[in-house]
Amino acid sequence: MQPDHPLNDLLRKDRIPHIWCSGCGIGTIFSACLNAIKASEIDLSKVVMVSGIGCSGRGAGYINVDSFHTTHGRAIPFATGMKLANPSLHVIVFSGDGDLFAIGGNHFIHAARRNIELTVICVNNLNYGMTGGQAAATTPNRAKTTTTPLGNPESPFNLPLLAYASGATYVARWTMLHTRDLTNSIKEALQKKGFSFIEALCPCPVNYGRRNKLRPLDVFKAYQQKSIVKNGANPIEIDADSDKGIIVGKFIDTERPTYTEMYNKIYRSKG
Amino acid sequence: MKGRVRTGAHYWTGDIACAEGALAAGCMFFGGYPITPATEIAEHMSERLPEVLGTFIQMEDEIAAMAAILGASWAGAKSMTATSGPGFSLMMENLGLGICTETPCVVVNVQRPGPSTGLPTLGAQGDMMQARWGSHGHYEIIAMSPCSPQETFYQTIEAFNLSEIYRVPVLIMTDEIVGHMSEKVIVPDAKDIVILNRPKPKGKKENFKPYAAGRNGIPPMPSAGEGYNVHITGLTHDERGYPVMTPEAQVEMVQRIVDKIRNNCHDIIKTESHLLEDADIVVVSYGISSRTSLSAVYEARKCGIKAGLLRLITVWPFPCEEIRALAKRVKGFVTVEINLGQIHLEVERCSEGKAPAILVGHPGGTIITPDDVLKVLKEAF
Repeated sequence: MQPDHPLNDLLRKDRIPHIWCSGCGIGTIFSACLNAIKASEIDLSKVVMVSGIGCSGRGAGYINVDSFHTTHGRAIPFATGMKLANPSLHVIVFSGDGDLFAIGGNHFIHAARRNIELTVICVNNLNYGMTGGQAAATTPNRAKTTTTPLGNPESPFNLPLLAYASGATYVARWTMLHTRDLTNSIKEALQKKGFSFIEALCPCPVNYGRRNKLRPLDVFKAYQQKSIVKNGANPIEIDADSDKGIIVGKFIDTERPTYTEMYNKIYRSKG
Repeated sequence: MKGRVRTGAHYWTGDIACAEGALAAGCMFFGGYPITPATEIAEHMSERLPEVLGTFIQMEDEIAAMAAILGASWAGAKSMTATSGPGFSLMMENLGLGICTETPCVVVNVQRPGPSTGLPTLGAQGDMMQARWGSHGHYEIIAMSPCSPQETFYQTIEAFNLSEIYRVPVLIMTDEIVGHMSEKVIVPDAKDIVILNRPKPKGKKENFKPYAAGRNGIPPMPSAGEGYNVHITGLTHDERGYPVMTPEAQVEMVQRIVDKIRNNCHDIIKTESHLLEDADIVVVSYGISSRTSLSAVYEARKCGIKAGLLRLITVWPFPCEEIRALAKRVKGFVTVEINLGQIHLEVERCSEGKAPAILVGHPGGTIITPDDVLKVLKEAF
């Protein structure tokens, strides 16, 4: 008899196989997330996953906890309402770069500013995979996509810098090859109060790689050879689009009062 | 600490009456964004909700406000937002998510004239068709239209109740005039206010099917954190809540969420009749316009015109049967509304050519006066 997969209890087995392509990194990042949830020892009935739309947005459909697959870009405000209405829930937002930082960019910065207690995991595959490989707010300058056929004239966001500047109290970036570090970061973020942000770099060989002469193994090798772990690095110096290397690590781990704490203090303390 | 229900006589605007009605109904979460002429609802809720241990948050836009109230509702809180035209447009996206995922919540639109920024400080009733069809896809919705602060108080309670038992976002389509007018509002004892709650699941939590129809076609609704491990999606889904990308699944899901409203129309639709028994001209109106229409009907009676008023308390679903029945025996209909013909189209449709329908309309910025209506009652038919 085949032994049970160690994450079986956290998976909706009746929804497997998943939709993710061969060579995609979302599955690895999703596994890291499930392992982190297990390792955190949080009561699973209080764990909620909220996703937006896109390849990574399908994450909510595979985890066997209360899970919400919302509208494009709106996972964070949906999660905000949920967390504030029931602060005992541990709300994880698992979604992609297009969803969280283009259509949902405004929601991201405001949730970070308010310090809503959410753990936001962004799978960054540098493009819109679900719709066939269009340019995103994270696509490197000059990279080719179906909507930048001659190269991207725009520059990408530095996501950890954006999160930090917006007020996130925990900011990390790993590639999908750094599974242990990534798992550990997600676990730390789950156990921490306040707005946490983890960027997970992810290959998209089918839609991004093949238009930019990046075979699946090339991306893995780049992650292995060009990644530089710099915990505590200044987010302003960790541009993802840098030739100097891919700076990964835990950049920010700090404390400030959450929205709920401030709200309780100011509004609910007068008997 | 002040209570939920402020029993007694008050001098309130429609906006304040709306907020107090929400609190009386058990609202625990408000996600808002400032917009004239609905801002006072958010302001009042920001002060009052913490008093009942509820939560207020001003979101970054109306898209986020609508998303937040859906999230709050799935966390078990009765939730609400309030806006006006431009914000209502932004809410249409997640209103659809609320319809598809069958999420109870209340959305107030204190209408002002459009299109676009229009006349922010004045009144209109120009968003009635947007209320019906504003989000994409085919669905049924419930919308109410109060004509006074007192009615706003009661309709807000009713909106929460309908939203809970039918698991659908309910719209309160008020307007700047009712929202900003001050009148006496009587708040009854808490024990005399009927509060209804969403159906909750019973039995085992394992393999729970969140969209298996219960009584009246409405599935019982667990909250996040109760251990049911539900998956909820805006994709077309089956009883398990799982996405199914087939026309058959689409038929099953959409037909049920449409039928749960259509098959219960008799319970949802509320109208009020004035002098209809012997009327041969029927004025059809709602909200602020129904008040001026009623004055016109009484004036017309003094002139020997047999006019009556059918006042729509719920506008959607539309009272097709009542209009059909009246069309068989009256000379004609006069629809009075502050737009250039929206509910008028419904009156025309439902009268099925058996009685003519005339519109007394205005694109917004002013009420339609009793004289405007009376003039038509005297000259028509």
